[in-house]
Amino acid sequence: MTANRLRKLKEWLIEKAILLSGIFSVVFVLLIFLFLLREGFSLFHGESVGDFLFGKSWYPISDPPRFGILPLILGSLLVTLGAAAISVPIGIAAALYIAEIAPGRLKEGLKAGIELLAAIPSVVIGFIGMITLGPWIKSLFNIPTGLTALTGSVTLAFMAMPTIVSIAEDAITAVPRQYREAAIAMGATKWQTTWRIVARAARPGMVAAVMLGIGRVIGETMAVMMVTGNAAVIPASFLQPVRTLTATIAAEMGESVQGGSHYAALFAIGIVLFVITFLINGVADIYLHRSRR
Amino acid sequence: MVDPAAKFSIRGLHVHYGHHCVLRDLNLEIQANEIFTVIGPANSGKTTFLHALNRLVDLAANSRTSGRILLDGIDIRAGLEVEDLRRKVGIVFALPLPLPLSIYENVVYGMRMKGVRAAAVLDEAVERSLRESYLWEEVKDRLRTPAMNLSGGQQQRLCMARILAGQPDVLLFDEPTSGLDPISTARIEETMLNLKEKYTIILVTNNVAQAARVGERTAFFLMGDLVEVSATSKMFTTPADSRTSDYITGKFG
Amino acid sequence: MSPRLAQKIAFTVLLLATLLVVLPVIFILGIIVAKGASAISWEFLFSMPRDGMTAGGIFPAILGTLYLVLGAILFAVPLGVLAAVYLVEYSSDNWFSRLVKLAIVNLAGVPSVVYGLFGLGIFVTFFRFGASILSGSLTLGIMILPVIITSAREALESVPRHFRVVSLSLGASRWQTIRHSVLPHALPGILTGMILGLGRAAGETAPILFTVAAFYLPRLPQSVFDQTMALPYHLYVISTQVPGIAENVRYGTALVLLSLVLLLNLAAILLRSRFRRKKKW
Repeated sequence: MTANRLRKLKEWLIEKAILLSGIFSVVFVLLIFLFLLREGFSLFHGESVGDFLFGKSWYPISDPPRFGILPLILGSLLVTLGAAAISVPIGIAAALYIAEIAPGRLKEGLKAGIELLAAIPSVVIGFIGMITLGPWIKSLFNIPTGLTALTGSVTLAFMAMPTIVSIAEDAITAVPRQYREAAIAMGATKWQTTWRIVARAARPGMVAAVMLGIGRVIGETMAVMMVTGNAAVIPASFLQPVRTLTATIAAEMGESVQGGSHYAALFAIGIVLFVITFLINGVADIYLHRSRR
Repeated sequence: MVDPAAKFSIRGLHVHYGHHCVLRDLNLEIQANEIFTVIGPANSGKTTFLHALNRLVDLAANSRTSGRILLDGIDIRAGLEVEDLRRKVGIVFALPLPLPLSIYENVVYGMRMKGVRAAAVLDEAVERSLRESYLWEEVKDRLRTPAMNLSGGQQQRLCMARILAGQPDVLLFDEPTSGLDPISTARIEETMLNLKEKYTIILVTNNVAQAARVGERTAFFLMGDLVEVSATSKMFTTPADSRTSDYITGKFG
Repeated sequence: MSPRLAQKIAFTVLLLATLLVVLPVIFILGIIVAKGASAISWEFLFSMPRDGMTAGGIFPAILGTLYLVLGAILFAVPLGVLAAVYLVEYSSDNWFSRLVKLAIVNLAGVPSVVYGLFGLGIFVTFFRFGASILSGSLTLGIMILPVIITSAREALESVPRHFRVVSLSLGASRWQTIRHSVLPHALPGILTGMILGLGRAAGETAPILFTVAAFYLPRLPQSVFDQTMALPYHLYVISTQVPGIAENVRYGTALVLLSLVLLLNLAAILLRSRFRRKKKW
């Protein structure tokens, strides 16, 4: 083959490899879903989907075992809502400050600090939360243990904040300069401009930021496992230990028998998590596109 | 009636970007070794016309081209690899666009892509093409320095040398002097006149006076249509179409 | 209330909120350094553990983390860069490219423990690699794929468009243009993304829980099919499941892990700003 034909063949192969690589990400998403189904589906031979999703008892190692994940769903929900209640107002406020008000060098420093927070591994945050926040809450509220839903909410709030702050900050910065200039020209103060005009214009992006932050919280495993106490019962208050969907999988997989019903139940929880985060991320992505227009 | 001696023979060329028709039913012949100028107001399809000749139109994602263009009798879509076509038909853009490489590497870029490696061959091509574009004396001692350090006029002549290195047949110029001062402009026009001996030159220009200075035949494009083609001297004195005379005399532009 | 006063109050509130986000970072770093520094020693970093983890060092965990992370990068970078090249250079805005972009967004959002399940299901069980460095690296690799792809995409898109047009107009093919006129200029950005991916993979626990990690292994891993210790998992176990370990050893382990991750992130940030200043165009 001439040198030219050889080069053309090599290029054809490379371009096919590139196309295949593009396909791979779609393939991986499908594979994840498929393998979750493969291992988890056998649970539903012996139990209905309704009993699984809404059953109030999670006793995987009793005889006979009970696989109702409602306590776990409520645990995740409680911790997530608590974390959202803390991180959303603070995160949006911080995003507004950094984007609109902070002067040059301070802004760079703050952004670096946020990136640093985002980089801290969840096991380290869980470790600190367990050792410092837990005992403090225990003594503050005078309760038997400091590992509660509240502890989880506060800890997870710190993990959601970098996501919320950086995406919201991007959205706020992207608001065209003319909006601000028009408002100032009409006599508004900087705060009035920021709050009434800029924040409103950046709203789709901020909604996306919040959703992605919440998505991160729901999916968090290690930190929450270390600070929430791991009691798989329906929570009555924030000051009780709870168990989330994620922590259940991580904590119990080691005890389960491969191929058994407990094993399958844990995979089934994985399916639930996958679907929830799929939906949240999908909707957040739609809002992000809306904000970029 | 196809003129067998024509360099380019264009029949029924239509170009669409999406739903927007940019060039409509173009029929034209370009002779070998002539300087053919194209004039017309903005958005008339002049640049699209050039890009159709070396298939740069294909780069736009939503472009559709129909009709037939023959280069030396060969269909540029069916009879020729697009890379070979672009080596035969080189283009100089409106802005000087050097690659972020040295002067030497800019000039030999096309040859390297073709597979030429021998240093002697590359060196010879660099000197030849830089002489042809009247840049050699100014840069011969700093061939390995970044091309970005040259002035605008020098960069544009470098872009000319870049296509000359591969010994093309046709040179397309898309408003090459629109960003340059009068001295650089004059230099480039002089270069074009000298290059005509070896190459066929098609020059798109917004500057009617430049067309009068340099072109042998001129075509007037208006909003995607070819209004009129004739010898430059005739077009500028007794144009056949009233729209042509309106444009040339500056009634619109 | 006058608008001026309202503004002062509002700005103060916002500043407090921002401090609330940033100060805990300093607190976390501070306390880990303060309580963990005393445990750091040559022995701690480079020798094997003894006496059921209560003495000796954490060298196998450090080594294991390095192995896993390198394996993840080997898998994710070629695949991720090529996928980014596909999205930026080859795809047009049709249903397929939008599907690919949606898939990447979703991969980025999958919880880390679900990746662990996936790794367990496909690599450990289906492919029968067992709990091994291979399973763990591949699982981590898929997890950091979105990070690699996103930063590679940004790097490619930042290369000026006219480089491509000029290269093609000189007779280069599409791949030649990418290889010579686009990729070299995107390399710094790709490198930055790679380092960020390294940092992310080093700190993750859940994906390696079921696919590779072990707490106490008597010897170092000999092949990719062996299990290994790893820093994040080690920290988790000694802080929740093993009594009798000195407090500074726990903090010291956290310090080692945190230093590794933060150093990688810092390197990426510095690289990014350095190349932003050195641009040749």
